[in-house]
Amino acid sequence: MLAKRIIPCLDVDAGRVVKGVKFVDIRDAGDPVEVARRYNSEGADEITFLDITASSDDRETIVHVVEQVASEVFIPLTVGGGIRTTEDVRRMLNAGADKVAINTAAVFNPEFVKEATSRFGSQCIVVAIDAKRTSAEGEPAKWEIFTHGGRKPTGLDAIEWARKMVEYGAGEILLTSMDRDGTKIGFDLELTRAISDAVTVPVIASGGVGNLQHLVDGVAQGGADAVLAASIFHFAEYSIEEAKRFMADQGVEVRL
Amino acid sequence: MSKTIAVIDYGMGNLRSVSKAIEHVAGADDRIQVTDDPELILRADRVVFPGQGAARDCMAAISNHHLNRAVLEAAQRKPFLGICMGMQVLMSFSEENQGTRLMGLFPGQVRHFPESRDAQGLRLKIPQMGWNRVSQTRAHPLWEGIEDQTRFYFVHSYYVDPEEPDLVAGTTDYGIPFTSVIARDNLFATQFHPEKSADAGLRLLRNFVNWEL
Repeated sequence: MLAKRIIPCLDVDAGRVVKGVKFVDIRDAGDPVEVARRYNSEGADEITFLDITASSDDRETIVHVVEQVASEVFIPLTVGGGIRTTEDVRRMLNAGADKVAINTAAVFNPEFVKEATSRFGSQCIVVAIDAKRTSAEGEPAKWEIFTHGGRKPTGLDAIEWARKMVEYGAGEILLTSMDRDGTKIGFDLELTRAISDAVTVPVIASGGVGNLQHLVDGVAQGGADAVLAASIFHFAEYSIEEAKRFMADQGVEVRL
Repeated sequence: MSKTIAVIDYGMGNLRSVSKAIEHVAGADDRIQVTDDPELILRADRVVFPGQGAARDCMAAISNHHLNRAVLEAAQRKPFLGICMGMQVLMSFSEENQGTRLMGLFPGQVRHFPESRDAQGLRLKIPQMGWNRVSQTRAHPLWEGIEDQTRFYFVHSYYVDPEEPDLVAGTTDYGIPFTSVIARDNLFATQFHPEKSADAGLRLLRNFVNWEL
């Protein structure tokens, strides 16, 4: 049976891992290559890099990061953040990324997703969706797509948007709940389940993981095919291996 | 002895990952050539044939790069490793793109996964994306040091269904059991991506680089 995937996510700013990574046995916790190596040895199923570099001068650094990681870590690598053109996609794939995540650019120019998937194949195009609940308590659940870190509403319904992106060729959906991101109270399971049921392609749940039970819930209740988390792994609260053992004990199929 | 390993580049898929992984396992004096030159492919000691994307695009790219003869010849003569689409296009016909004629080295079809559900009643996603087990249906030098039922990384919506049962060297379950590895004589081909399958994948690539026929 296909295993559910555990994906650690690294925020990279000007070539350095930010948001603090604490491992006792690594020399430089800000070095994405060292962190990626560590996650790989713990059994990560994939690694995602989110480039949050603000200055365009420093944007080239993520390419070097990917190049270095790809020459020694042989699991799938995804890069997101600032992917706006097919040229951006090509650069990342040439550097050694296996997939790129397209977020804001998809919202402003959905045709870009079509272009990218027809040129590079659906298997390497992940559409990242940032969704926020807009229905009031007691109303039927409804989520909307937000951009700019959850500050700007777009008026797009999250479920319809996910369906449209798959129709445009997205090979996978990376779904982040903006309500839960950073809260550590668990995924928005209702949202995860709604999107997972609505599309035929795999869904990666993201936003809100605070403990290992949350990972299990994302899969068992949310119907996610993969779970992505940052801080619980960065601060070495749990190792990826621990997370997988816990999930296996709860009956989730994982790669051990 | 130094070897030349050609990685066939016909513009379909992420060759960077494949060549980096081969570089990682090859000997210091081995030469890895990423190439679309039929002459270099014919002269190389061993050949890796990767591929991603749609069947029709792959076939068009093979033909546009004039690679048909070189690939078929290499596939019948020297250590040859097909990966993903590089395995599928060796069959005779694919259901993809309303039907696509393939290279036809082996009789058999490439089929789309049927709709099915897992034990919890959830619909299985297509593409199959992630780590799944491979049952080694027979012994092979490329399986050396790799335990039966080891997981490898897959990304695909179509699978091969060869007519000759003795072609099968590995099977995997995704709603249905399907052929995930074929092998005959000098040829070994996998539906999964060894270059993305961590230690087990690297071991398989190392076995390929050292494979003596």
